Amino acid sequence: MQTTVAHLKRGEQGIITDVSSIHIPLKLLEMGCLPGNMVELIQVAPFEDPMYLNINGTHLAIRKETAIHIIIEKIIHE
Amino acid sequence: MSKQINVALIGNPNTGKTSVFNALTGLNQKVGNYPGITVEKKEGVCKLPRGVKAHIIDLPGTYSLNASSLDENVVIELLLNKNDKDFPDVAVVVSDVENLKRNLLLFTQIKDLEIPCILAINMADRMRYKGISLDIDYLEKELKTKIALISTRKKEGIDELKELITNYKELSVEPCLNASEIDPKYFDSLRQAFPNQLLYKLWLVITQDVNFGKTDRKEVEAIASFKTKSKSDLKRLQQKETIKRYQFINNTLKKGQTIDASQAKDLRSKLDKILTHKVWGYVIFFFVLLTIFQAIYDWSSVPMDFIDSTFASLSEWTKDNLPPGTFTNLLSEGIIPGLGGIVIFIPQIAFLFLFIAVLEESGYMSRVVFLMDRGMRRFGLSGKSVVPLISGTACAIPAIMATRNIENWKERLITILVTPFTTCSARLPVYLIIISLVIPEGRFLGLGYQALTLMLLYLIGFGAALVSAMILNKVLRLKSKSFFVVEMPNYKLPLIKNVFLTVIEKTKSFVFGAGKIILAISIILWFLASYGPGDSFNNAEAIVTEQYAAENLSESELHKKIESHKLEHSFIGIAGHAIEPVIRPLGYDWKIGIAIVSSFAAREVFVGTLATIYSVGSDEEETIKNRMAGEINPILGGPLFNFASGISLLLFYAFAMQCMSTLAIVKKETNSWKWPILQLVLMSAFAYVVALIAYQVLI
Repeated sequence: MQTTVAHLKRGEQGIITDVSSIHIPLKLLEMGCLPGNMVELIQVAPFEDPMYLNINGTHLAIRKETAIHIIIEKIIHE
Repeated sequence: MSKQINVALIGNPNTGKTSVFNALTGLNQKVGNYPGITVEKKEGVCKLPRGVKAHIIDLPGTYSLNASSLDENVVIELLLNKNDKDFPDVAVVVSDVENLKRNLLLFTQIKDLEIPCILAINMADRMRYKGISLDIDYLEKELKTKIALISTRKKEGIDELKELITNYKELSVEPCLNASEIDPKYFDSLRQAFPNQLLYKLWLVITQDVNFGKTDRKEVEAIASFKTKSKSDLKRLQQKETIKRYQFINNTLKKGQTIDASQAKDLRSKLDKILTHKVWGYVIFFFVLLTIFQAIYDWSSVPMDFIDSTFASLSEWTKDNLPPGTFTNLLSEGIIPGLGGIVIFIPQIAFLFLFIAVLEESGYMSRVVFLMDRGMRRFGLSGKSVVPLISGTACAIPAIMATRNIENWKERLITILVTPFTTCSARLPVYLIIISLVIPEGRFLGLGYQALTLMLLYLIGFGAALVSAMILNKVLRLKSKSFFVVEMPNYKLPLIKNVFLTVIEKTKSFVFGAGKIILAISIILWFLASYGPGDSFNNAEAIVTEQYAAENLSESELHKKIESHKLEHSFIGIAGHAIEPVIRPLGYDWKIGIAIVSSFAAREVFVGTLATIYSVGSDEEETIKNRMAGEINPILGGPLFNFASGISLLLFYAFAMQCMSTLAIVKKETNSWKWPILQLVLMSAFAYVVALIAYQVLI
């Protein structure tokens, strides 16, 4: 299912399919936010902002306004 | 003289780069600023085998050579400028064994600059614990480098690293991948336009967003034969470059690193569940703040009282034991109390930085940023601004120094500018005496009016800080990236050595940085209060003795009258008289004027000065209070300290920048006089206007 990181719930995972390079700071790409990599939502602050993620083994927090530009394929566990 | 090797420590944040620096240099380090900017420059000396010495520079942490902040820009400027005296003979790239993949990105970029490079893999003691094993020979071959496996925690591998640094000439300077493959045509034309330049260096110059302050970029653009690309094209290329580098790194690590996930034990997720929890996270942070507050407010009062009394008796001793004269007075009343005024801040600074170092080192500070970001964002502040703002309640000096941890310059500057609004402990003596004079003792809903007033003043302080932050955020036009990417590092037990060195370094930087200014101003203030022009000052003793001849005063009473008379006719006294027309609309007389002028040294001096003017012993608060209650307004009659003038004074002290030490530290931290002067003018003007309105409305 195609969605964005901003729509993940706590504990859910996805594979990054696209990042729009205009909205995403280069720094985030360099930290591993690239197509093909796995992302997991670890924790959210109140109002779901910022979001605490594990991207490809790197743990980091970004704001929701950035998370919405990371397109993912959600992994659905049976 | 043997040659000194220039070594640059480079690495991602949170890789323990500073621990490596501390392990190499120990106490042989100094911290300064890069010229013209506020980025910290850490350098030190390390003795290598065979009598060789290394000059080590600890560069700011960065994830890549694409700078997005002033700190990161420092790294690139140094690596691109072969003529810089600090240009490294060898770069030590410090990486963390658990995040090797990400750390290698920066490594491959530095290799492309053809600088000899050592890969120092830190926290090697965690490998077994995390189920990681490395094929060092294979990695050294693929990455064309030498690897040192080190553990600063276990003090392992440092000697091997020193050995590698000594033999830096044997290192390969060949890049480990060919980045120009991402767009061969573009890079070919670049090579043709600048045949004598290193290709990757040109590419870095072209893609840097930050202003280099030098002509590099313009030079590139000026060549007609070379067509630059649009910004978005460049960005796409940078993305391609990053992907390409990761491909290389993934391939290398596939063979060179094995991770047995079943071996890994995960403390992080357990701690994060509580520490970043929507409710518990805040409760715990509140208790952390409470502890810090308790330490700087309460625990440090013991050493502070000790320092206070030591300097007081030292001053007494000098007065009694040296021959009387101007020099003795300067020493005992100017210099010694001035030095005391610097040393007195050390306990608070040490305590605050002890806690901050522990919070940073343990990885907890990133969680604070995560928790507080949304709340602070609307005020233009950072999640990290919370700690300075709260510690400002004890004292603005350590609080302003604590803003160093805020990476974004605009957020840091705003935090520095608004922190002095929070109610520091030096305001308390002023508040307490005025509240007890003008606020009645009654109760409201079980709470005393006086306590409520005090609480209100604290709230006003925080309110003023937040509102002015919001305004500054709108007004200040500073180039500053606002995106938010915060790494959440693993939890670690802080290294005592690192914490200890941080405390020493901060204390030193205060004593020698801001201390000079504080000492200078206190000597000036002492001079202005101890000297005066004309007869009425110089013949004070004769005048006062004659005036009270009939009253048969005891010697000590007479002495107090003389002191009071002298202060009135000193330069500061004259200044107090001079500003009387300005402060009369606020409900103050010239005596309060003198107290305001002299309390510029520190707010609590207000009470002591009034005690001298009213010629009462300054030790007994009750006596001063009674004396103040008896003061009559010279123009309107009635008590001078009434409800209107009292509230006006309280508000004046809540907002005015009455603290030279704060100004000195702001000068030091912002590296310019512009901000402290702006702070002084704006805060004083605001304080004046508010106090004026309050008095005029209430009278």
